[in-house]
Amino acid sequence: MGKERVAVVGIGQTKHQATYDGSIATLVREAAERALDDARMGWSDIDAVVIGKAPDFFEGVMMPELYLADALGATGKPMFRVHTAGSVGGSTAIVAQDLIAAGIHERVLTVAFEKQSESEAMWALSLPIPFQPPMHAGAGGYFAPHVRAYIRRSGAPDHIGILVALKDRLNALKNPYAHLHEHGITFESVKDSIMLWDPIRYSETCPSSDGACAMVLTNEKGGDEAAAQGRPPAWVLGTAFRSEPTMFAGRDQVNPRGGQDCARDVYAQAGITDPRRDIDVAEIYVPFSWFEPMWLENLHFAAEGEGWKLVEAGVTQMDGDLPVNCSGGVLSSNPIGASGMLRFAEAAMQVRGQCGEHQIDGVRKALGHAYGGGSQFFAMWVVGTEKP
Amino acid sequence: MPELILPARLQGIEQVRSFRAPARLDYQFTAGLATTRFLRAVAEKRLVGQRCPKCQKVYVPPRGACPTDGVPTEEEVELAHSGTVTTFCVVNVQFYGQVMELPYVSALILLDGSDIPIMHLIQEVPYDQVHMGMRVEAVWVPDDELGPTLESIKYFRPNGEPDADWETYKDNV
Repeated sequence: MGKERVAVVGIGQTKHQATYDGSIATLVREAAERALDDARMGWSDIDAVVIGKAPDFFEGVMMPELYLADALGATGKPMFRVHTAGSVGGSTAIVAQDLIAAGIHERVLTVAFEKQSESEAMWALSLPIPFQPPMHAGAGGYFAPHVRAYIRRSGAPDHIGILVALKDRLNALKNPYAHLHEHGITFESVKDSIMLWDPIRYSETCPSSDGACAMVLTNEKGGDEAAAQGRPPAWVLGTAFRSEPTMFAGRDQVNPRGGQDCARDVYAQAGITDPRRDIDVAEIYVPFSWFEPMWLENLHFAAEGEGWKLVEAGVTQMDGDLPVNCSGGVLSSNPIGASGMLRFAEAAMQVRGQCGEHQIDGVRKALGHAYGGGSQFFAMWVVGTEKP
Repeated sequence: MPELILPARLQGIEQVRSFRAPARLDYQFTAGLATTRFLRAVAEKRLVGQRCPKCQKVYVPPRGACPTDGVPTEEEVELAHSGTVTTFCVVNVQFYGQVMELPYVSALILLDGSDIPIMHLIQEVPYDQVHMGMRVEAVWVPDDELGPTLESIKYFRPNGEPDADWETYKDNV
């Protein structure tokens, strides 16, 4: 159907932190300028802007894309807003790539952000509604029972969640943009941290971050030009999103159908038949440590009930055969709306060899993954060094 | 963030970096037919679900249609006030507006005769004795406090029955 090839030629992010000392406009502009610099482009080179963030109610700024148009050089240009809860950073990148794949635009700037210091995300996620009791337990209260269900179904030992948290926080020490840099962290310190939502401990939980991520995507011509100038692009080999209803009888919230189908779709597009063998590195949306083994199964890296064994065997460590979240992941930086795009961007950075201390050698194909809502929105892409 | 350079007449003045501006939003929620019937029943101390005519699954609270088959769910089913804890968590974090004493147990409870769990509190039992498969019953507010809200159920408590067999609730875990 004459689809254009799409290349990632510029990537930028802010230093993620508890409180960014500037406005939302300054935050997104900083990430966008870094992406443009990386792409050797200026504002006038961009045809359209696609922006995403978690629900407006978090910061209480309704339709922030209108206010941010000037800061992002979008005045007089097409600007799109994408909404898919926590997966939005991934979905936003996919919408941007679709505009190029469809031949509508040549160069698209895509941006995602969250400024949790200006918001009450936990409260915004726990609004009183008349047919639910006033439990007010936030995202952790929603996901913890499903983590318990995973532990029961798989028979995973308690230390798996600790191992993931420790790995991601140690990886974050190699990423200057990560929010948490916990130099003194140990297995014992994670284990001894308070159970916030038993079975989820404090140190197995993501932080609240301010941060933004931006990417410049181009058509094949733009990708070829970047490569000719010695700045190899990451080629988009496949993109997919899926959603499923929050509530239906028999819904599997440990291994949701939407995620399984989304992964099969993106692998088929990227020519991946054995993800464990064919994917060199993965950035997976893991806001609570137990979601690493759960998503390893959902993403077909392990059979059902076996994901925790990969964690225990060290497979997902930086020196394992499937490194996961070398950036430190969502567990180390969680500017919610940007968190999905950061997974996509970190996958592209691994392909482009831009990761510095957390770079894995010889990455040819990488997976970026995001999920959101009550495990009901999924967005994924596979990027690689070779043109599709 | 780039350095702010202020004009001379403003130098030496403390900058306002942020201020708190609480936002409040009141809105009308249109419950729809199915939820209205459910909430009116709750105000009468009854739990009413609806059965899908195709898959036969019983939804509570009912939403008026089966999400799987996309057909109206019209048959009403009177549900027991007892059920099984399918899974749960122990909440030990306090935040804005929370009135619960910590820690408390938030559980998914599969009411007998239904096919989808509801979330509610488990009390009258030490938090570390709550477990999957535990049989529980609803404790309602006094009759003169009943209203069209699930807050009409104060919490669930163990009803003394032996634990449910894993096979009876594993499809809801």
